[in-house]
Amino acid sequence: MDETSVYERLTTVFHSVFGDESIQLTPETSAKDIDGWDSLTHIRLILTVEKAFRVKFTTSEIGKLSNLRDLVALIHAKL
Amino acid sequence: MKPTEGSASNKLNFVPSACRYRRKPDGKDEKTWYRRECCEGQIEFMNALYSELQWLPRAPKDFFASLKALADVPEHLGRDLQALATHFLDINQLTCIARIIDKARADRKSLAPLVPFRLAVLTNSTFDMVIPALVATATRHGIDLEIIQPSYDQVAQEALAPDSKVNTSKPDAVLFALDYRALPLKLSLNDPDGSAATIGGVLGYLQSLGDGIKANSSAVCIFSTFAPPVEPLFGSLDRALPGTRRYLLDSINRELAAFTLKSGDVLFDVAALAETVGLADWHNAQLWNMGKIAVSDELIPLYADHIGRIVAALRGKSRKALILDLDNTVWGGVIGDDGLDGIQIAQGDACGEAHLAVQRLALELRERGIVLAVCSKNTDQVAREPFLKHPEMLLKLDHFAVFQANWNDKATNIQAIADELALGIDSVVFLDDNPVERGLIRKLLPQVAVPELPEEPAFYARTLAATGYFEAIAFAEEDLKRAGFYQDNARRLSLQNQVGGVDAYLASLEMTITFQPFDATGRARIVQLINKSNQYNLTTRRYTDPEVRAAEEDPDVFTLQVRLSDVFGDNGMISVIICRPGAPGTWEVDTWLMSCRVLGRKVEHMILRELLAQARAANIHTINGVYKPTEKNKLVIDHYQKLGFTRIHEEPSGLTRWEIATNGPGPESTPMKVVRVGFPELAVEVTQ
Repeated sequence: MDETSVYERLTTVFHSVFGDESIQLTPETSAKDIDGWDSLTHIRLILTVEKAFRVKFTTSEIGKLSNLRDLVALIHAKL
Repeated sequence: MKPTEGSASNKLNFVPSACRYRRKPDGKDEKTWYRRECCEGQIEFMNALYSELQWLPRAPKDFFASLKALADVPEHLGRDLQALATHFLDINQLTCIARIIDKARADRKSLAPLVPFRLAVLTNSTFDMVIPALVATATRHGIDLEIIQPSYDQVAQEALAPDSKVNTSKPDAVLFALDYRALPLKLSLNDPDGSAATIGGVLGYLQSLGDGIKANSSAVCIFSTFAPPVEPLFGSLDRALPGTRRYLLDSINRELAAFTLKSGDVLFDVAALAETVGLADWHNAQLWNMGKIAVSDELIPLYADHIGRIVAALRGKSRKALILDLDNTVWGGVIGDDGLDGIQIAQGDACGEAHLAVQRLALELRERGIVLAVCSKNTDQVAREPFLKHPEMLLKLDHFAVFQANWNDKATNIQAIADELALGIDSVVFLDDNPVERGLIRKLLPQVAVPELPEEPAFYARTLAATGYFEAIAFAEEDLKRAGFYQDNARRLSLQNQVGGVDAYLASLEMTITFQPFDATGRARIVQLINKSNQYNLTTRRYTDPEVRAAEEDPDVFTLQVRLSDVFGDNGMISVIICRPGAPGTWEVDTWLMSCRVLGRKVEHMILRELLAQARAANIHTINGVYKPTEKNKLVIDHYQKLGFTRIHEEPSGLTRWEIATNGPGPESTPMKVVRVGFPELAVEVTQ
């Protein structure tokens, strides 16, 4: 899957998880940029990403994510 | 979600035999791939009936648009929330809806007619993902749910201290959502005394929590049973050997259930729910480790729905009546077409067994106090026959309070049944295999519960049971007598008030009618229809295959095979017409038959419009029709009259002759797309 498609699908995921269709993603996007992105929403976000891409992340992989660039790289590694 | 097109780099291996079918909003089934590859490379599934609440229709395609529409009419917010929640919604969608509810509460907007309920939750797990799901799901059950959640993991303190948050907030009920890890479980392998002490200790602990609540408020206590962990220590021995975790939890669950029956508390059998979907799907070790989440995220909508049922039951909102369709619901086949010998209801017959399971479930529901009624599109006498004469039927006429079999729309009939039983329309569950009828009732009587049914009848009974519409939290002797109170005399109601909106609903079905002359491809089905149609058949003339072929090839004979499709799918060939030349300039309708399945959709009107146009193009000035009465076709005695024909002759036998001029206006058009195949261009336009 190419980079653009990954970002497109991730954007849809963020819209569903945060209930906000105005969210736009950049590689630097992280928890401080989006209202309501707390630790529990983070878990819900990761679960939704897993379903959207049909991949599974380990706990330690999830723990190492600090921004969107990391997440996209992790998705690519699993696809 | 299907694999992305062109995902050549996709290393996931999909095993074709392991797909699931999911019903799309248009009623068609779509293969979906319910799988995630976990780190060891295994494939996981969930049984979609439960994880996707498949008895509920699928969410609207544009969910965000539906959310925005909720703000449109503030006075209807409660009602519109309930309507939106009466679809399967995943955890993200439920969370969005909960946000809207929270904001409405903050803005002091009314959520009427949703009934308020305050539920405190005591748990040792992280419940934060469940709470929005609970609040949103409760609207599905007509409840405006407020959750009181004290600080994390303060179960004993909250239950026992009179000045705790839970006890001072005076909830209507307290849900003990403890997971097995909260219990003081001491394994004592092969030690019955030790086990008994442990079990007694746990029950004592739970009872003291309940006593604490009851001492401080009049809240109802809802105790959850415990979903055992997946990992056995020995294997089969775990269940038998005293002192294993499995043994302890089995005993605790059993004693807890007995306790609640005696104490009048409410039981929430989480163990049964978890076992239904599978403990291995219920428990997600990774989620527990990451955040003490006790239920797999994919099962939270189901978990929330079960709690919603209990709260609804506490508010008296459990449903009380089951209205059954007959054809292809209670037996396989269509009684009007297939006759007593043709319907499938026999034991040992695969299709028959599926429908017997529905009958058996209906009968058992009746025996516990649910009222049964019938709502069928059939001639009354024809519909009653299997109950009176078929030896394999489990249901008999005296199991039904009301028996409505007629050709009126089902919304009008169901409203009449509810009125007759003096039950609110929100007490009714309606079971029908036909998505068109289900859609009609959902649209016109939204308070009726109409479960979606899968394509395979073997799963009808299970699906109805899975809905939980008849959830009960207590059993009273009066319940056993309820069915009798309604006088099971299968009475027939006359219909006074039509429910409005049927025409608009039919227009929304996006029907396409296709007209074709007879041809070789259609011949087998044409012959079948000619020989088996009994009810909607004006002349009941039976023709063999060569005779049909002769009509097809005769240039003076006008033939029509008519197909109908709608948003739910293709109904196939549903009508057959043969017109033969009569006196010069006239046609005689030799054969006019139609499948009863499409009655009430103005198909016959569209057919007449087509006939008139085709007749004009062939320089025919008059079409003549004849009605030949038989035992079975009383249904069409005034078919020609309704279509605007003039009666010109009647015989003592009941035979009637009719005529219509082809240059008249004909019936009004209905919103149906017309497709013609195999006809030369019509010289004369069909009048719009």
